[in-house]
Amino acid sequence: MSTPPTDLLPLTVPWAAFAVVMPLAAGLVAVPLGARAAHLAVPGALAGLLLAVLAASQVLTQGPVYHEVGGWAAPLGIRLRLDGLSAAFLVVTAVVTGAVALFSRPVFGPSSGGETRTAFAFWPLLFFTWAGLNAVFVSADLFNLFVALELLTLTGAAMVALDGRAHNLAAALRYLLFALLGSLIYLLGVAFLYALHGTLDMQLLRSATVPGGVAVTAGALMTAGLMAKGALFPLHAWLPPAHAGAPAPASALLSALVVKASFYVIARLWFDVLPAAATVELTQLLGVLGAVAIVFGSLLALRQERLKLVVAYSTVAQLGYLFLMFPLAGAAGEPHPWTAAAWTGGIFHALAHAPAKAAMFLAAGLMMQAAGSDRLDGLVGIARDLPIAAFAFGLAAASLMGLPPSGGFTAKYLLLTSALDSGQWWWIAVMIAGSLLACAYLFRVLNRFLTGPEEQPALAPVARRHQFLALALAGSSIVLGLLSLVPYDLLQIGRVTAAVEALS
Amino acid sequence: MTSAILFTLCGIALAGIGAFGLVAHAHLLRRILALNIIGSGVFLVFGGLGYRLPQSGADPVPQAMVITGIVVALAATALAVTLAVRLFEETGRTSLPGEGSADEHAAD
Repeated sequence: MSTPPTDLLPLTVPWAAFAVVMPLAAGLVAVPLGARAAHLAVPGALAGLLLAVLAASQVLTQGPVYHEVGGWAAPLGIRLRLDGLSAAFLVVTAVVTGAVALFSRPVFGPSSGGETRTAFAFWPLLFFTWAGLNAVFVSADLFNLFVALELLTLTGAAMVALDGRAHNLAAALRYLLFALLGSLIYLLGVAFLYALHGTLDMQLLRSATVPGGVAVTAGALMTAGLMAKGALFPLHAWLPPAHAGAPAPASALLSALVVKASFYVIARLWFDVLPAAATVELTQLLGVLGAVAIVFGSLLALRQERLKLVVAYSTVAQLGYLFLMFPLAGAAGEPHPWTAAAWTGGIFHALAHAPAKAAMFLAAGLMMQAAGSDRLDGLVGIARDLPIAAFAFGLAAASLMGLPPSGGFTAKYLLLTSALDSGQWWWIAVMIAGSLLACAYLFRVLNRFLTGPEEQPALAPVARRHQFLALALAGSSIVLGLLSLVPYDLLQIGRVTAAVEALS
Repeated sequence: MTSAILFTLCGIALAGIGAFGLVAHAHLLRRILALNIIGSGVFLVFGGLGYRLPQSGADPVPQAMVITGIVVALAATALAVTLAVRLFEETGRTSLPGEGSADEHAAD
């Protein structure tokens, strides 16, 4: 059994651990407070953002850092790891969750109608989801990841059921059944890896793993389980009803972040833990599933008559792009010159999609609140009454379509160039088709917002501050594209497959 | 046949039985039970692996992980049963809408 390399600096301040502990503590405090926990939103959002930024700056100055929880060294102990990838996800999670918390303050606050069950349950769920996400992003141990993913499953299913109507309960149950089966399959794969190597520390596994049948089987089981939790085609059926049925702030969290946690683990698995086991067939299979998800999800999004369902199906499609990074980066063996671009493109897509999708769901929630329903027919001309929300939706749509200068553009540009460089032209066709379909289903919606008869039915009033929060999230997706060099450099810190830069 | 292989095969058989139950039945309680049987199978595989190297004695780490897993499975089962009960109270259904109604008492 090899010991971890000693060139990692000792972690002076374990910001990674604080990033998990803070929301966990806030969630516990929120339980007795009930709806009054809305007062935790502002300090919680600020503290979370501060911790994430401190963690990112620690990575930028010190490089990747490890924290041995309780002073126990791996393989017996469970370590936390903070590298560029973790830090980038921590920051995006803090931005999105913080904005959602601020958005939810009046929705689920004490003034929202007293101690309703929904207001009582929402705040602990929000903070526990945040804790689970951060725990996934800083875990360096596969079993610890299982626990963190389960925390996300439980809070996610509960958030879907928040409204308590029959179809939400059914959607939550379907989500829970898919996700629990996924967790158990993942755990079986983890057991096989433990049987092989006697450790579940990612770094130790990486140095110990030899390509072989058991390693590939374990990786395939874990990936299949995570696909069910992350809604990759063909295991996506639970996502649209669950994400569309949840209250808008919960949908934003689920669609923007929770599904990304599973993708993050799959990416860690094949690039960091088992790179030698990632065969061409396997990476191409993941790419094909991603491609089908893009086309299929987009076509279904085009056919929906309810706004939140359009946005939810667009999540199915956008998740497909993430899986194109596996064949393009070619996890197997030698790093190619285009590996860095493909890997960064895929991760960038996950990062840029998060604030854009959260903005879309928040804007959709506001329109639903104003018009009383999210049926597209009822939202004709709503841009006149909710101009800022409609603009936020449009800005987020620009990022999803991949229009420059958005973060979505940077991601798709990186993926496209790596597809060109690696000669895998078929992914280019898929990506272009996906972007065109995204234009189709998003312009279909935007068109209804912007046109319509002069006389309108009276709309319920919507606070302007809420609309600005959605706009700020959509804007941060654009800013990610404008300032893409900082996150780009951050992501490269601690990236295991150090490849030649091929960005021209 | 070592005990580790015996436990692994039993565990995989259990998981297979559970997977069959999950697919073959629409009744929510049966499905939740099926998930628990799959879970037991996976925990059996995991726990049995603690004795994979007989010369070095039993490895306690898998047991610790299985205990954690059981706690997680308990919480998940509790949530699933609660949701299923609420769904029954709201609609009188014992299965998810749009799925086989063979063992369903009364739709809506």
